[in-house]
Amino acid sequence: MYSNEPHIETNGLNAYYGNIQALKNISIVIPRKQITMIIGPSGCGKTSLLKCLNRFFELSPNTSVTGEVLTDGENIYNPSIDITEIRKKAGLLAQRPYPLPMSIYDNVAYGIRIHHTRPRREMDHWVQHYLEIAGLWEEVKDRLHSPANNLSIGQQQRLCLARGLAVEPEIILGDEPTSALDPISAQNIESRLLDLKSQYTIILVTHILRQARRLADYVIFMYLGEVIEAGLAEQVFNHPQHERTQAYLSGVF
Amino acid sequence: MKTKWKPRHIEETIMKILMIFSFSLIIGSLGWILFTILIKGLPSLSWAMLTQTPKGGYYLGKEGGILNAIVGSLYLAAGGTILAVLIAFPTALFLSVYVNKKRWAVIVRLSLDILWGIPSIVYGAFGFLLMLAMGLRASLLGGIITLAFLEFPIMTRAMDEIIQRIPPDLPLAAYALGSTHFETALHVITRQVIPGLLTAVLLAFGRAIGDAASVLFTAGYTDHIPTSLSQPVASLPLAVFFQLATPYPEVQNRAYASALILTILVLGVSILSRWISYHLDRYSIR
Ligand SMILES: Nc1ncnc2c1ncn2[C@@H]1O[C@H](COP(=O)(O)OP(=O)(O)OP(=O)(O)O)[C@@H](O)[C@H]1O
Ligand SMILES: [Mg+2]
Repeated sequence: MYSNEPHIETNGLNAYYGNIQALKNISIVIPRKQITMIIGPSGCGKTSLLKCLNRFFELSPNTSVTGEVLTDGENIYNPSIDITEIRKKAGLLAQRPYPLPMSIYDNVAYGIRIHHTRPRREMDHWVQHYLEIAGLWEEVKDRLHSPANNLSIGQQQRLCLARGLAVEPEIILGDEPTSALDPISAQNIESRLLDLKSQYTIILVTHILRQARRLADYVIFMYLGEVIEAGLAEQVFNHPQHERTQAYLSGVF
Repeated sequence: MKTKWKPRHIEETIMKILMIFSFSLIIGSLGWILFTILIKGLPSLSWAMLTQTPKGGYYLGKEGGILNAIVGSLYLAAGGTILAVLIAFPTALFLSVYVNKKRWAVIVRLSLDILWGIPSIVYGAFGFLLMLAMGLRASLLGGIITLAFLEFPIMTRAMDEIIQRIPPDLPLAAYALGSTHFETALHVITRQVIPGLLTAVLLAFGRAIGDAASVLFTAGYTDHIPTSLSQPVASLPLAVFFQLATPYPEVQNRAYASALILTILVLGVSILSRWISYHLDRYSIR
């Protein structure tokens, strides 16, 4: 079905908040270096699914997960695995940007420092590099050492993108990364993500169908914790197979 | 256009007048105090006062200085602050991280607030009784312990508030970048709370260095700089008190000079904590 080789696969993934089952037997394939978008009504488990892909789900209290998530063929729920490596590989762009309590420069340098991904003496170069990729460099190059929380929300979200990229992930997870932004900033992030597609596997959650149509190569439609339909974007959007998908896409709910 | 005098406009004006009144009252009294100690103290302030201990006849107007009290106050306040940090920081962590919203925590916080409000003479008397029971005499150690008691509630509550105000999403942002718990605590949480914690420590230090009543019975007074914890020690507030209590005008003026030194020390501490919050706190996430 997919032209690109799979990057992530889930097999019979179930996720629970206490007794509430948020994900029911999810088995999906996410192709490499493409944009996969998860859509579905509020509360259907989009965020939960995304969080299972970088082991963020277990940070909420009383949660449990069964089944497997294979990233590059390796089960990330294997008890012997290093969680920090999983999270390094799959960077998360949250709904609301959360800068670290330090300067703009240090926010980007943070990931490089903790993972030693680049030599220390080349730090200036790499900080500039990632800020450029995130499309923020021109706006902040004269105030790299001022606090990151003085930036506008849209700028903060691009800073979070730069910060996440500096860790050298292979996968970018975005949970409605543009929903707190104004239309111009949102468009800015969208075009960044399109640029990044050639190098990263990108998985985005969105509420906005038009955004999904603009960005998606592949679409996963969820409903009440289940994946109802998944496939090529044009396939799902133009010829939905399941009636729930048809109803959702035509705006019935 | 004519302003209509609706009740809410009158309300607004009354509030404004009240605010201006209280503002002037505060600035006025601060100015008055500073003016008095400057006028009376500055002429008596000499290099000798800062660098010498009292010589024979100092309290009759002969030569010497109050180095004993300056050093003594710094020893007492620093010792008390260090001891208080050692107890307050773990208590604050326990309160805000482990028992944050439980009934226990409410009771502990209420007790700390009450302790905060207790006059320092009560701490002095309590410390004194404690020392009697332990067979200690008025000494540097006694003063340090009593001041630590005095500082403990201030510091714990201030730190507790700071730690409680860490945004819950902040550690998540660090975990998302693949940080370990330790890296998150060391590089992110610490960066967020250190300015506030330092301010809490300086606040308590400022209260301790200016306090007379709690060291009155517990630290004693002496003309020498102590060389061990078991020796009595002088302090600036008591130096002011004793000199002011003499009948000699020269000595009384030296009391104002001592008060000036104390005020400058306290002012220095407040300016330092302002500086910290300006230069470090601006990075904190609110
Ligand atoms: N911390 C939690 N504790 C208990 N239940 C939760 C928690 N977070 C989410 N849930 C429940 O799990 C289900 C899936 O939630 P999730 O946040 O994944 O949905 P979502 O598709 O992201 O919704 P939205 O579009 O509104 O963000 C919902 O029924 C929700 O009520
Ligand atoms: Mg969500």
